[in-house]
Amino acid sequence: MAEQKQVARPLSPHLQIYKPMLTMMMSITHRITGVALYGGTLLVVWWLAAAAHSDAYFAVVQGFFGHWFGKLILFGFTWALVHHALGGIRHFIWDMGRGFKLPTVEWMVRANVIGSILITVLLWLIAYGVKS
Amino acid sequence: MNEMSNASNMKTPLKRVRGFGASKTGTEHFWQQRATAVANLPLMAVLVWFLIAHFGATRAEVIASLQNPIIALLLIMALASACWHMRLGLQVVIEDYLHSHLAKFAALALNIAIATSFFAIAAYSILKMSFAP
Repeated sequence: MAEQKQVARPLSPHLQIYKPMLTMMMSITHRITGVALYGGTLLVVWWLAAAAHSDAYFAVVQGFFGHWFGKLILFGFTWALVHHALGGIRHFIWDMGRGFKLPTVEWMVRANVIGSILITVLLWLIAYGVKS
Repeated sequence: MNEMSNASNMKTPLKRVRGFGASKTGTEHFWQQRATAVANLPLMAVLVWFLIAHFGATRAEVIASLQNPIIALLLIMALASACWHMRLGLQVVIEDYLHSHLAKFAALALNIAIATSFFAIAAYSILKMSFAP
């Protein structure tokens, strides 16, 4: 079996063959943000555990999230969460058997990208508004 | 005759569905993924609202907020739904990319262990603060 002559069979095209399209990139982004949110959940759990633990340890964690690098991570987490949530709504509309016309699909993925950025910025403006 | 039937197969659609496919769980995974996704929408809104309200807060302020049983319960539900959803989601990713039996089963088991640990730690922390004197 192993020595059988290799026949040059036609290969089915895979990801690298296709021109990147917005819908395809959004599908990939939905998966990447989903995996990233695993790490985001760890941050929430870490913060809660620190608050339950002690004043000293909570100060360390709040210090980390107060640093510009910590804030950058939190900003990315916020965007991933909003993007994944909006993507989820998009998939839910498709699950209901609606929104399959190409112009609708294109409109929905664009709304997903723009909406995720706008909502993320809005949430951070609110966060700073609450703080001050 | 529907498309599921053909001349060489006498099985009825009911007989097919009772096998539940290769995973023997039928649509359970798909259904739970959607159910937790829908639940996550309001519950994540609560969680984000809570985190924003405690952006740079002191520990005493966080504990004071969690003394409200409704807030504590909503946060526990939010973590439960989120952890279950991410366990289901990462399972699909693992099944898509890991094909060696050992690596796949180790990753699937670890995924469940991590997701349930996340929930256990979060729930314990919330309850500890909620019941704090």
